[in-house]
Amino acid sequence: MAHISLQNVFVDFPIYDATTGRSLKKQLMQAATGGLMGSNERGCIVVRALKDISLDLKEGNRLGLVGHNGAGKSTLLRVIAGIYEPTQGIVNIEGKVTSLIDLSLGMDASATGIENIFLRGALLGFNRRWLTTKIKDIVDFAGIGNFIKMPLRTYSTGMQMRLAFSIATLQQPEILLMDEWLTVGDADFQEKAQIRLNEIVRNTSILVIATHSPNLVQKTCNKTIKLVRGELAEQLD
Amino acid sequence: MFRLYKSGWRDIYASIKKYELAGIFGWQDIRQRYRRSALGPFWLTISMGILIGALGLIFGTIFAAPTKEFLPFLTIGLTLWTLITTSLNEGCMGFTASEAMIKQIALPLFIHILRVLWRNLIIFGHNLVIYPIVMLAFLKPIKLTALLAIPGVILLIINLSWITLILGVLCARFRDVPQIVSNLLQVFFYLTPIIWMPQLLPKRASFFFLDANPFFHLIEIVRAPLLGVPSDALNWQFSVLFALTGWCVTLPFYGRFRSRIAYWI
Repeated sequence: MAHISLQNVFVDFPIYDATTGRSLKKQLMQAATGGLMGSNERGCIVVRALKDISLDLKEGNRLGLVGHNGAGKSTLLRVIAGIYEPTQGIVNIEGKVTSLIDLSLGMDASATGIENIFLRGALLGFNRRWLTTKIKDIVDFAGIGNFIKMPLRTYSTGMQMRLAFSIATLQQPEILLMDEWLTVGDADFQEKAQIRLNEIVRNTSILVIATHSPNLVQKTCNKTIKLVRGELAEQLD
Repeated sequence: MFRLYKSGWRDIYASIKKYELAGIFGWQDIRQRYRRSALGPFWLTISMGILIGALGLIFGTIFAAPTKEFLPFLTIGLTLWTLITTSLNEGCMGFTASEAMIKQIALPLFIHILRVLWRNLIIFGHNLVIYPIVMLAFLKPIKLTALLAIPGVILLIINLSWITLILGVLCARFRDVPQIVSNLLQVFFYLTPIIWMPQLLPKRASFFFLDANPFFHLIEIVRAPLLGVPSDALNWQFSVLFALTGWCVTLPFYGRFRSRIAYWI
């Protein structure tokens, strides 16, 4: 049973730069000079990306995250993905989380299409042997043909995205995270891709999607959260 | 305290279970570096061979060491030192260089360190080819005791992995640690008997350069068996103890700061 539960989650980013102590030398100097120099530099600048967020998602929930740029949507997605452990609060995720945010993560322009299938597949947690049996499906779906044996840098941007999409959507995710709806490739491919994506979204147990499109929210989501400066401003069911 | 041990161990255990992932990306790093070059990673072997030849000539003459003894000694020492120094230097970048991956996908973080170690082990394997060639050139037999080098290498890696992990965490937080590390390693290159043989030391100095130098022990547990000379029990005892204490410190340290890494990079 997939389940996402966040209780009073805070995420604070410490901002270190040359003047606020990313350098070990500075910290040692501060210790040596005994606070005098430290008094104005001691307080490390912190950006609060999420403030007191609580939510509870069960099977069948399709959550739309809305809010301006910098409202904390991506950070919240990363908290759910398990990338950021919150500074305060409790996160409990049951089920395997798949993110369709950076489709081409781990792909290498100098490697061939086949090699990239294995690289990308490994990151997605696919079994190597299983992946070997799927190569033909991937190539056919992406419409790459013989280019699959060529280095990725010879592909057009559209071809690269088609390949990335075909690998990433190979398995049905349990919990699916997305940043905006995916549109990939030319008209023909888009149609195919939308059918596959719709099916995945329909069958996924929980969907969390960050978006700026009210239409998308209305069409796919049965829950909405509006974030304003990292705070939960509105919750609609 | 126990909680920190557990949290550190959980990540490391999960990473080891995903060794395939570190393996495939480690290989990819090598492929990427040498793609479209005809000799591939053997370029490293060649440049290492040339370096050994040149250093052998210069320092063999300066220290008036018999070539037959000095060159095999230098070959193994330099190959091991390259493994140690590139692992530690690249380990400093272990987390920072994987920023894109760390921020996009939740993986146990020690994987990124394993990837660095694996990549350098592959290079070490390529460089190791020079060893039998040098032994053959001087008609020195490779004895059965050379097999002891296998546990030696394993013990070396166990030690390198905790040092690399600590450095990776520190460097994610403090960006001038890599410079400190590479400077220190340069000093240690001369302090450790790699291009000079330990016999040359006056008795008094040997404590500082040998007994108190962890790199000497770690190199010696591999080099002595490969040279066919009996290894000193002290080298092994030190290396085991160093690995145990090292990991005992690293586990809670990593357990404490692991979750901060994504915030720091």
